[in-house]
Amino acid sequence: MTLTTPANSPDARIGQVRDTPELAVGEIDPRIDLTHGTESQWQLIRRRFSKHRLAVVSLWILSLFVFVAIFAGFVAPNDPGNVKARYTYAPPQALHFIDKTDEGWAFRPHVYGYTVEIEPEALRRTFVIDEDKKIYLTFFKRSWEYKLFGLIPTDIHLIGPERSRDPFYLFGADRLGRDMFSRLVYGTQISLSVGLVGVIMSLVLGVIIGGAAGYFGGWFDAVTQRAIEFLRSLPTIPLWMGLAAAMPSDWSPLQTYFAITLILSFLGWTELARVVRGRFLALNGEDYVAAARYDGCSHLRVIVRHMVPAFTSHIITAASLAVPAMILAETALSFLGLGLQAPVISWGVLLQEAQNIRTLATAPWLLLPGAAIVIAVLAMNFIGDGLRDAADPYAK
Amino acid sequence: MTAQTGKTVLEVRGLSVAFPGRKGETTAISNVSFDLNLGQTTCFVGESGSGKSVTARAVLNIVEPAVIKAGAINLVDVEAGQRIELSGLNPDGAEIRAVRGARIAMIFQEPMSSLSPVHTIGEQIIEGIMLHQDVDTATARDRAIKALRAVQIKNPEDAIDRYPFEYSGGMRQRAMIAMALGCEPDILIADEPTTALDVTTQAEILKLLKGLQESHGMAVMFITHDMGVVAEIADQVVVMLHGSVVETGAVDQVFHAPVHAYTKKLLKASMGLDEAAHGRGAASSDEILIETHNLSLAFPSKKKLLRKPGSGVQALDEVSVELRRGEILGIVGESGSGKTTLARVLMGRFQPQFGEAIYHTRDGVAKDLNDPATFRDGQVYREMRMIFQDPYGSLNPRMTVQQIIGEPLLVNGLLKGAALRDRVGELLERVGLPASAMERYPHAFSGGQRQRIGIARAIALDPRVIIADEATSALDGSIRAQILDLLLDLRSELDLSILFIAHDIGVVRYFCDRVAVMHKGRVVETGTAVQICDAPQDPYTQRLISAVPIPDPRKRHLVA
Repeated sequence: MTLTTPANSPDARIGQVRDTPELAVGEIDPRIDLTHGTESQWQLIRRRFSKHRLAVVSLWILSLFVFVAIFAGFVAPNDPGNVKARYTYAPPQALHFIDKTDEGWAFRPHVYGYTVEIEPEALRRTFVIDEDKKIYLTFFKRSWEYKLFGLIPTDIHLIGPERSRDPFYLFGADRLGRDMFSRLVYGTQISLSVGLVGVIMSLVLGVIIGGAAGYFGGWFDAVTQRAIEFLRSLPTIPLWMGLAAAMPSDWSPLQTYFAITLILSFLGWTELARVVRGRFLALNGEDYVAAARYDGCSHLRVIVRHMVPAFTSHIITAASLAVPAMILAETALSFLGLGLQAPVISWGVLLQEAQNIRTLATAPWLLLPGAAIVIAVLAMNFIGDGLRDAADPYAK
Repeated sequence: MTAQTGKTVLEVRGLSVAFPGRKGETTAISNVSFDLNLGQTTCFVGESGSGKSVTARAVLNIVEPAVIKAGAINLVDVEAGQRIELSGLNPDGAEIRAVRGARIAMIFQEPMSSLSPVHTIGEQIIEGIMLHQDVDTATARDRAIKALRAVQIKNPEDAIDRYPFEYSGGMRQRAMIAMALGCEPDILIADEPTTALDVTTQAEILKLLKGLQESHGMAVMFITHDMGVVAEIADQVVVMLHGSVVETGAVDQVFHAPVHAYTKKLLKASMGLDEAAHGRGAASSDEILIETHNLSLAFPSKKKLLRKPGSGVQALDEVSVELRRGEILGIVGESGSGKTTLARVLMGRFQPQFGEAIYHTRDGVAKDLNDPATFRDGQVYREMRMIFQDPYGSLNPRMTVQQIIGEPLLVNGLLKGAALRDRVGELLERVGLPASAMERYPHAFSGGQRQRIGIARAIALDPRVIIADEATSALDGSIRAQILDLLLDLRSELDLSILFIAHDIGVVRYFCDRVAVMHKGRVVETGTAVQICDAPQDPYTQRLISAVPIPDPRKRHLVA
């Protein structure tokens, strides 16, 4: 006997029906409540997930990152590769929305311009925010050209200074006077897609190998398990370094990019293969899978109709927890100078700039890509946690 | 027996427990009152969810996350004449901890999970003794050995240093009892202590508990859903329904002059050896559907590196049974007797090493069930269907009832679309569920209703044979009776033959025409249900039958 189900448990909410001992044989129970119990697996998962506050907030944050990554050119006000020697290490400008002039108040977004002062002894340039120089901003500003989704040529940007020549550095400028904000936006695109593409490749490998090992077992299972154990026993950083060093140096940035994701997923699939294999083994013992076989289902139908739906949610969970690991791995490689190379921009490449302690003292905003990594990885881990709790809505 | 026998040691008055939730509270038990007397056993009986376990936990003040809303629990120290009110104490405080284990001890249903697997039995008993008594380790160890001897564990000096996995289920439950009695408590709470055990082991444990109660003079609060067990050991009976006490009284009065309608229904549902068989006396035909001859199957012990393969487990040992057309054949045995293995062999899951198993199809072809190729064309699976034990695990939670019941019709290419829908509706109504239930997922149904869905799936293909593997053992008494009656009904209507695997002799007597008793992989006796139950020939069958509790306190035979 178990304790009575508390009211806030999902079981109680979906309208449990008590057994009705008074019922005679052949009679239909009139008290069966027909208003509940029609929720599908995904509806139950969504409801459980939505109770995980932190995961929901994280999902919003991640959605913002994904939006930024997809519409990078539109979000970025400046060309990330545009060098402006005048504004080397220019500090971040604060964004103001209300314009207070002699005529009164108005909604007019603007930033203040810089005045450059040169210290006579050190010959060092320092930027001072000049409140007299107002740089007004317009929405849907037409300036430099880019290709939306890499296909459609356009020059519309979310926001930009009215006169394109004016400096607009929300997150400051780097060593070459390039806009950190725009670079971060483009870095998001690369870093997130490396994570995603890497996980998708791992997933394909993992599901096929793990699924076959779990369903058919035998020698194939034994061989793959030993292979996985071998791969997992290799120290990752030296292995990546070796593989990255083996890449020809004359490859184009695009080729390097794909090579890096391949290297990352080469190790990443092992974890997912284990998850899939474990689910297959567990499901093989379920009565309802045996029942499906006795119903006359073929191997394929048993797998596709009865087993796969039971572990898709688990796979999504495992994958969502694997993405941040991928991103961190890419960052680590690029930071060491072994992964992606300039002119490709990723968070790791951006952080390379922040390797020098003296530069950091002058321009701490170069560390902002690190903050982006922390936020993205945390958000994805929270989402993964939320999904893991919601993944099996039928678990007792 | 001590001089204190019969004196009240615990008074519970108006006890209510509720689970706090976001949308208000859910009441687990309300206004429960009872007394426990020294030297007497009070049985709490009711079906799952009636609040029996919550009541027991409330006495120890361990109901978290629920809270005790109202009522008083007075623990009386009979010798000193003092009383302590337990419900008002801090659940984590020192006062209540001094009571738990020392004055009120508890034993649980699952002897597997209530013992720590990483400590020896001795360490666990000694810990309890040293927590509550001011003794040194050596004395505690002596007392632990004494306690193990008291629960009739052989060689207690040796057994004390063993780990729980080296004990059998019955021995673990004995060890739990030894642990509970280590501090000589006034009250022993036993929460379904024999439910997970085989019937012969259950009889031994009941006898042991009764004996210990007499020698220690303690009050026993015994929770069970089995009216047979109640009749065997109870002095007082408390009947619970939906969190309330509906009837209280002396055991003889409750069984022979029940007042509340629910008590009467519980008694009616507790089909025992006494109950008449369903009495159709149906002359089953001589046509044989399934026959096995000398089936033997041994599971080899796992091949280990550098070790000779051992003998392994003989799951089936020369099993010969036959299922005739129109009959219900019961396969009875305790856990590990090989009855489920037999069902799996017939369904093609395992291939035996020796012997043969033959199924005669509708068109008179003999199919060899030992050959995996037989099952490939699906004909055997269309004519021979299975009902599973676990109503929760046997229905795919991700499919609607319509998809579940329609699956065999669909994959065999018999029906689709609207015709399939209509047929599923028909099947649902046939098993006593509304056709509109087909839109829903299994999680919306209770255990009994799920088992009906499983039956609808089994009869969907118009089968000839149904193999029911413990199909009713996960259900409460009255629900079980309904499912059995439904199967009896379907049997005569659809001309079914049923192979019914069970461990519950009462169910077998009520439901089956013929019975084969299995013990350690062998069929020790075969005969009609009445013959096996009333005049068993084989010594094992006799032992099995005599261990079954009879739901009548005037016919006590286990603990007398």
